[in-house]
Amino acid sequence: MVRFMPAVAALVFAASLAAAQSNPIAARKALMKANGDQAKIGAAMVKGEAPFDLAKVQAIFATFADAAEKAPALFPDNSKTGGKTEALPAIWKNKADFAARLAKFGTDAKAAQAEVKDLATFKAVWSGLIRKNCTGCHEKYVQKD
Amino acid sequence: MLRKLVIAVAIVIVAGGIAFWLLTIPQTVPAGALGSHQPDLANGRTMFIAGGCSGCHASVGDDKTRLGGGLALKSPFGTFYVPNISSDRRDGIGAWSEAEFVTALTKGTSPDGRHYYPAFPYTSYQRVQLGDLRDLFAYLKTLPAVSGTVRDHDMAFPFGFRRGLGLWKLLNLDGARFKPDPGKSAVLNRGAYVVEGPGHCAECHSPRNFMGGIIAAQRFGGGPNPEGKGWIPNITPKGLGDWSENDIAYLLESGQTLEGDAVGGSMAEVVRHMTQLAAEDRTAIAAYIKSLPPVEGPKRTKK
Repeated sequence: MVRFMPAVAALVFAASLAAAQSNPIAARKALMKANGDQAKIGAAMVKGEAPFDLAKVQAIFATFADAAEKAPALFPDNSKTGGKTEALPAIWKNKADFAARLAKFGTDAKAAQAEVKDLATFKAVWSGLIRKNCTGCHEKYVQKD
Repeated sequence: MLRKLVIAVAIVIVAGGIAFWLLTIPQTVPAGALGSHQPDLANGRTMFIAGGCSGCHASVGDDKTRLGGGLALKSPFGTFYVPNISSDRRDGIGAWSEAEFVTALTKGTSPDGRHYYPAFPYTSYQRVQLGDLRDLFAYLKTLPAVSGTVRDHDMAFPFGFRRGLGLWKLLNLDGARFKPDPGKSAVLNRGAYVVEGPGHCAECHSPRNFMGGIIAAQRFGGGPNPEGKGWIPNITPKGLGDWSENDIAYLLESGQTLEGDAVGGSMAEVVRHMTQLAAEDRTAIAAYIKSLPPVEGPKRTKK
């Protein structure tokens, strides 16, 4: 059974890659949804609504870094509209800036992953990371209806 | 008979013109009304941040302390081009007197005696305490001088006729400063002051009538984005019912919503300012927002 796992994983990976290519809008929405869900876990900890949990925090930053890595491929020129996308045309007009922001998001997430050891160090990086990356990028590139 | 009619019509027109003229005279604050004041620059900076001055007035694509203006603000009445309020003596406000500054922020009247358009939110800034305005003025003077004047507004007919704004002000500018409510806590009063005065939150978060005035009964009830696409959320308990004070204060610091999303559009700029305020001020804002009376905003329309 265990022997089949890599094969299954490879299949899943191939399938998700195919999905990403055939439906980049759905794929990037899923990434952002995952980011949001993870961000909520982090927010609850800094707000004192949930106990600090280093393993969960590491998972949050890993999700962010993963999204930053995958996202650049999910904005091909043919995905500007449709699928209820909230992506603004500005993304395709400022490709270099958009790519740089995603790269920075990945770098910041990995740096945070290495840096955070406890609640104090988590609080020190968290809201700035969210504000500078998530909010900063949504300002220019996301349109809520 | 005809002659009498002509005379009567002429009298009505002249009387109407005089009445219009008198009703629309731009109001000013005389220098003598100010008294002496020792400016507190740190408080002036707090006002600068709470007021989000740089959000509109920073030179496009430049450092947030360089207030050369130039940003285009689209509205249903035309496009406004934000003026230079840097300390430059010729192109900014470097040569203004304190009374002229207080007049601009509370009466919406320029030093040359014209009405400003309410895209400049003097309907909120009129609530700001005199001492805070003077501290802000002193602080602005410490920021860099940026040369260059900004082009004129591009208004649709008949809104290019500024004198008419005097009538708008009769309806929308009551001249009242913020008065703390002795029955409420210091935190709630501070929050109310920051939100209703310098923060000018209601300016975007309230629906407006066809003349561009805030609909008082739906204050903070959200509505269509005056700058274009999208919808401004209702921030009364009707819209933020599930949010705690903590959640609101956290959004002001991080830009992250209760749903895990990040705010976009102009609110991202607002968060950039709010995050620089003292944590106590964000808590106070949150407490006041939570205490707002629940109102139903306008029905949301599809984009």
